Amino acid sequence: MTQTNKNTTANKDDWLSICQLDDILPNMGCCALVNTADEQAKQIAIFRIISPTGEEQLFAVDNYCPFSHANIISRGIVGDLNNKIVVASPLYKQHFELSSGQCLEDESVFLNSYAVRLNGSTVELALSPLAKQQQKKA
Amino acid sequence: MSTKIKLVVIGNGPVGHKFLESLVDSGKSEDYEVTVFGEEPIPAYDRVHLTSWFKTQDVKDINMVSDGFYPNNNFTLHTGDKVTKIDRFKKVVVSENGVSVCYDKIILATGSFPFVPPVPGHQRDNIFVYRTIEDLEKITAAAKTGKVGAVIGGGLLGLEAAKALKNLDLETHVIEFAPRLMAVQIDDGGGQMLRKKIQDLGVSVHTQKNTQNIGDGDSTVHKMSFADGEELETDIIVFSAGIRPRDELARQAGLGMGARGGVVINNNCLTSDADIYAIGEVALWDNKIYGLIAPGNAMAQAAVDHLTQTGTSEFAGADMSTKLKLMGVDVASIGDAHGTTPNCRSYTYVNDREEVYKKIVVSEDDKYLLGAVLIGDAAEYGSLLQFMLNKMELPSEPEGLILPSVDGSSTGIGVDALPDSAVLCSCMNVSKADVIDAVQAGACDMAAIKSCTKAATGCGGCTALVTQVLNNELEKNGVEVNTDLCQHFAYTRQDLYNIIRVEKIKSFEELLAKHDSTSGMGLGCDICKPTAASIFASCWNEHIIDKKLHGLQDTNDYYMGNMQKDGTYSVVPRVAGGEITPEKLIVLGKVAKEFNLYTKITGGQRVDLFGARSEQLPAIWKILVDAGFETGHAYGKSLRTVKSCVGSTWCRYGVQDSMAMAILLENRYKGLRSPHKLKMAVSGCTRECAEAQSKDLGIIATENGWNMYVCGNGGMKPRHADLFAADLDDVTLIKYIDRLFMFYIRTADRLQRTSVWMDNMEGGLEYLKSVIIDDKLGLNSELEREMANVIDSYQCEWKTTIEDPEKLKRFTHFVNSKAQDDNIIFTTERQQIRPALASEKLATETV
Repeated sequence: MTQTNKNTTANKDDWLSICQLDDILPNMGCCALVNTADEQAKQIAIFRIISPTGEEQLFAVDNYCPFSHANIISRGIVGDLNNKIVVASPLYKQHFELSSGQCLEDESVFLNSYAVRLNGSTVELALSPLAKQQQKKA
Repeated sequence: MSTKIKLVVIGNGPVGHKFLESLVDSGKSEDYEVTVFGEEPIPAYDRVHLTSWFKTQDVKDINMVSDGFYPNNNFTLHTGDKVTKIDRFKKVVVSENGVSVCYDKIILATGSFPFVPPVPGHQRDNIFVYRTIEDLEKITAAAKTGKVGAVIGGGLLGLEAAKALKNLDLETHVIEFAPRLMAVQIDDGGGQMLRKKIQDLGVSVHTQKNTQNIGDGDSTVHKMSFADGEELETDIIVFSAGIRPRDELARQAGLGMGARGGVVINNNCLTSDADIYAIGEVALWDNKIYGLIAPGNAMAQAAVDHLTQTGTSEFAGADMSTKLKLMGVDVASIGDAHGTTPNCRSYTYVNDREEVYKKIVVSEDDKYLLGAVLIGDAAEYGSLLQFMLNKMELPSEPEGLILPSVDGSSTGIGVDALPDSAVLCSCMNVSKADVIDAVQAGACDMAAIKSCTKAATGCGGCTALVTQVLNNELEKNGVEVNTDLCQHFAYTRQDLYNIIRVEKIKSFEELLAKHDSTSGMGLGCDICKPTAASIFASCWNEHIIDKKLHGLQDTNDYYMGNMQKDGTYSVVPRVAGGEITPEKLIVLGKVAKEFNLYTKITGGQRVDLFGARSEQLPAIWKILVDAGFETGHAYGKSLRTVKSCVGSTWCRYGVQDSMAMAILLENRYKGLRSPHKLKMAVSGCTRECAEAQSKDLGIIATENGWNMYVCGNGGMKPRHADLFAADLDDVTLIKYIDRLFMFYIRTADRLQRTSVWMDNMEGGLEYLKSVIIDDKLGLNSELEREMANVIDSYQCEWKTTIEDPEKLKRFTHFVNSKAQDDNIIFTTERQQIRPALASEKLATETV
């Protein structure tokens, strides 16, 4: 089980099966195509992070980069900065925190983040953005 | 109607040109209608570095005038035309070619001429002086038929001339009247050491020789006869027996003159006529002629300040301390080098093994430095000069200043002790305050200091001192001079390179586990990951998208294409040297057409195909690889291209086969990963059509081989490459490049181009030469071996990739769908695709 989905309140029916865990290379991202309720196709970047102690974590954020207006976030280099796990946008190198989607260089910019979990060997994704859920809770 | 002040500058040497530059810098040049006369056929060039001309015989290398300087500033320049008359009554100057120009103000910068003593026979053929490019051309021509050359005069310029003769492969002699070389600047002990070192280099030195006659030689052109009865046979004679001011124009105009020549000036450089200034070697200040460039520049500035009223600098004499490299020998002289001050003391250090001589002259009470002589090692020049110029109190045992330190600690000056007014760089007149101001304005490395203050860009003698002031200032401002690569590694890139190489580390996990400063908890970041990947590639050259390496690569390396603004990639196959068969060109055209790619020829003589979606890349490259193409590494911090002209095969001017050399070099270094991109070019003759001097490594063909230029670049801050070595054969050229590239890879910072790398290196170009040519660090065989490993392990990254189904999987855009990214939308412009603008995308959606 991943840390990210512990607080998830989404219904079981909301979980979409995306791919096998092995389809995502360790410490890298991939891009998933999902359909939202209003039939819009959406691109979501899913990252698989293995900590130095061997713990697996999955994260999901928008694949669309608000700075470059291109669908490229999944192709960024992942790492940690000031103890936050981040991805660096491959075009203009802004950093986004993977758990919240927050841009570290510009407070007003963030990517939507989504709940993602491992069910057996299958990676599953819940569509309603995490950030919105967190806002509702607050 | 013109209300401009008519200004005539007579003389277009280094000081005359410096005046014009200072005038432009003053911001007042538009108030003047400027006419410049130069006697020589070309605009101002750097006489101080005249000897450099021999290496390439190309005036460009010592040209001082930036492109468009005269037309852009509306200055009228008459070259090859000498002013013959100043009519102070009508206020007109008249030239030899009949040009007459009215003036309000005149700057007299006619310089000096070499003095030729009236020895019987001095007017014979094959006797020269050493001052202009024309002189050098004559000497070069004469050297083709001669075997022996002699220089009369063992001063600074005489030794420069001797170096030139030696370089022309002549048996070289230096004839000096005084008992030692450089009699004015250095003492007996220093003179002996210098003589020894110069003789080691194969130049015969004859002192206390008074030349009495020059007549016909027995086996050579001339025979010189000396007062002591001895004789010397030689083919060429160069007089370098001092200079005399070119003051005939001033004399004719009736200006105030010194008893032994020279135009008398005051502190504002004004002559006896309030409308005429004199600067440089023609000017006589306090009964002294200054034959160095720095005082000339100071006079130029004083004249501009007074003329335009934009400054208050005055010329108040100049320190004649000097540091130079004569035939590779460091020589420096400061202040009272001979110890003529009454009751002064001196301390001397002599090391016969290393051939080093150092002497300091201090005041009676040991408190102040009065002078110094340094031969063989002039590292202390900068700090000693500051002690003297600023009258700073010496440490209690002043001899420590020149003794070699046992523990490696420097006994030199603390830069904090220097007053702000201290002039650190005398060539460019840059004070400590100027450097501090530059740091305050944001300069934080030597390259930035050089470009905004010009400090250390003249003779370079002050580099160490300026670096100390820079670092000291940064520390004071709380800018910790932190050279850590990133949060994860408390090392510089150079440290990390050595660690990886020595410990044979081949994966990022291992590197993190052993050397992560966050004690093994970090993941790395987008700084250290690509850096490590680049070092792994330079050291071990494994495939960049090998399983343990792919996560470290920037997207460009990962997809082996350059990501464009819309997330598509460009495709650039290697076209070594820009040479391509029609068949291959057709393949490129077919691929571009089939995949509808925007097609453009690059500046590096390649074909660039834009707009490929990630999932199209394998299919595109399959066709290209099958047709015999390899990846062009346009995406890598690696060797990009070797640009070339067609060379001697086709071009009527070509002197070497630049095409073959370019292809050889490109195939040798292709795939070489480095701290930043590397570009090369090869030109087949001195016309330089391949623009090699704007590259990291440029090669220009000569009659005798290849001239090698290093550390140039275009881009945001263009920099011309410096001549590194001349007339190399193929084998030596390649050896030097192997070593230089590997040394760069080993020591440069992350994303540091070769130009900045060299500018930040203490000792700069000369140091680099000593490492690569003279093997000062004893590294060369290792560097060559490391390069050989990289060359031997080359593979085409795309060829390996398309043969591996596992690797091909990663190119799809979606992990769970074969769909395409619908945000990539093209529109058509000039019959080709281009990414649609946001507004155009909206329009297509609403349709």
